[in-house]
Amino acid sequence: MSEALLDVEHVTMRFGGLFAVNDLSFSARPQEITAVIGPNGAGKTTLFNCITGFYKPQVGRITLNHPSGPLLLERLDDYTITRKAGVARTFQNIRLFARMSVLENLIVAQHTRLMAASAFSLAGLLGLSRYAQAEAQAVERARHWLDKVGLTAFADEEAGSLPYGHQRRLEIARAMCTGPVLLCLDEPAAGLNPRESAELNRLLLDIRAENGIGLLLIEHDMSVVMEISDHIVVLDYGRKIAEGAPTAIKADPAVIRAYLGEPDEEEAG
Amino acid sequence: MGGKARALAVDAALGGLVAAAMALPMLGVRLEDGATGLSLGGRFDWVLWAAGIVAGGRLLIGALRLTLAGRGPSLPAPPRALITYVGWAMVAFALILPFLPFAGRNMVDKATLVLIYVMLGWGLNIVVGLAGLLDLGFVAFYAVGAYSYALLSQTFGLSFWLCLPLAGMLAAGFGLVLGFPVLRLRGDYIAIVTMGLGEIIRVVLQNWQDVTGGPNGISGIERPSFFGLSFKMVPPEGSRGFAEFFGLDYSADHRVIFLYFLILALALLTNLFTLRIRRLPVGRAWEALREDEIACRSLGINPTTVKLSAFATGAMFAGFAGSFFATRQGFISPESFTFHESAVILAIVVLGGMGSQIGIVLAALLLVGLPEWFRELQQFRMLAFGGAMVLIMLWKPSGLLSTREPAIRLKDAP
Repeated sequence: MSEALLDVEHVTMRFGGLFAVNDLSFSARPQEITAVIGPNGAGKTTLFNCITGFYKPQVGRITLNHPSGPLLLERLDDYTITRKAGVARTFQNIRLFARMSVLENLIVAQHTRLMAASAFSLAGLLGLSRYAQAEAQAVERARHWLDKVGLTAFADEEAGSLPYGHQRRLEIARAMCTGPVLLCLDEPAAGLNPRESAELNRLLLDIRAENGIGLLLIEHDMSVVMEISDHIVVLDYGRKIAEGAPTAIKADPAVIRAYLGEPDEEEAG
Repeated sequence: MGGKARALAVDAALGGLVAAAMALPMLGVRLEDGATGLSLGGRFDWVLWAAGIVAGGRLLIGALRLTLAGRGPSLPAPPRALITYVGWAMVAFALILPFLPFAGRNMVDKATLVLIYVMLGWGLNIVVGLAGLLDLGFVAFYAVGAYSYALLSQTFGLSFWLCLPLAGMLAAGFGLVLGFPVLRLRGDYIAIVTMGLGEIIRVVLQNWQDVTGGPNGISGIERPSFFGLSFKMVPPEGSRGFAEFFGLDYSADHRVIFLYFLILALALLTNLFTLRIRRLPVGRAWEALREDEIACRSLGINPTTVKLSAFATGAMFAGFAGSFFATRQGFISPESFTFHESAVILAIVVLGGMGSQIGIVLAALLLVGLPEWFRELQQFRMLAFGGAMVLIMLWKPSGLLSTREPAIRLKDAP
């Protein structure tokens, strides 16, 4: 067993009296797809927001073992988590730059790299050549990802005018353009038809194989989860109720109980 | 069809009724100076006219909509190449305008005024059109620029060319300072706070008697020189006049034309900057911020610096325009920097189509140029202006040129 990429230790996130995430610990390994599943309101998205810095957990530690050294994510600002730690994310309700073109969406994602190349845009303003080169590289990288998600033909269209499934894939491509070591996907298969969902599976497996990064996945669609994930964490009411390989999870009585419900114990007793 | 016609008639009648209700107190009653003193007189025929015109107009618009509906989009977006050509044609025309036979001093002066607003519009466009921060206090930075030049030149005797960058930097500094309070706000709240900040600057200028001269303003501001050559009739001791140097007869037009070219150069600089910055990471980040701040954060973009840089950059161009204004007028007072100015500049940006450079030029021509050229209509000037605005809003509700062009295209990329 290799060293974990992401270590979540005793994380608790409280909203008033509600424990959205309660003393949760798990880890995600590099080059693996880790899925976080659970019924609605189980705290999956809250967990994501803690990992990507949009929320600061009250208790606990989130460590990312970046190739250049471990980083404590709960101490970083949301934008530095992407910039320094290399954690990229997508959103449950797609958040594209709707009125910008598809290509521009992918180039904005490479902001940090281009900022450095253009000396905070000042050198670029004067037309120095180093920026032109960096921009050409950015376009190349964007083209690579457009090919991967099959959106090359739409490169100059407005992102907001794309069909839903295309927008989902574009958001994944945009997150990948930041050059992450951990990609967090919040319900990537939501609203996709079975064919699109199968394509998504292929894309995610491909990303893992080619880029060797870790993937963290929130998903409701069991066909996606069971087919591609290496490791599954099941949440219910903010607590982890099971963790393990897909086959083990499928058979786990606690998971079945959380999903299907059971005769109420109080009633039975 | 009958139902639609009835709906049209009802709509027109309602419009006429509202117009009549509004016209009654405003047009229908007038004070008459009689032999026994003032008395009220009626002018009810005018009320009927107003109601009739509005009802007829509503009917006409409704009928036009009905006949045009279903014929597809009336006007396709103008192609990219055409807009570029129009832009170059406009620049060429602006360059030769002062030498055209019909362009007298008066016209060049009006064109200068329009260009000031074009420049302010382009400056505000960075904040509103690109970064999506609704700034209602933009005139504050214009004022900072104007007062910076006036004070620096009067206190330290600095020349216009030295003061211009300093005024821009000072305005940008104010942009940063005033940007901080609005960092946490969004949308309408930004508008309210910036409006308040703009008023604060004006009130400070009005009351800080010792420095700004209070409501009396600052007069006798140094006029710009052409590389040290003065435009004055009698050049100052030890220097030569512009006309003398070039062997021309002295004419007051020289300065007017010089000022025109100066603001043209400044405005084109603003435009060039905007066109370039849209292709650079900062400009893209501004546009991305306008679209979705949370997505920006998730991509490693720090919204604080992005917002502040937009505020400061927009303010800098307002500062340039402000020092030009001060040197052109030779006199400034807080009167010139009221909220009305901010509203006009914002109207130019919105009417132009939020983010379109040429749209802003057209809007500035309409909003600033039109009232000037309507002066012959005397008291009906504002009526004609209002009518023109209504027509434009009917014809192009989202601004004159509202199509956005991507700053980079895959098919053009190497």
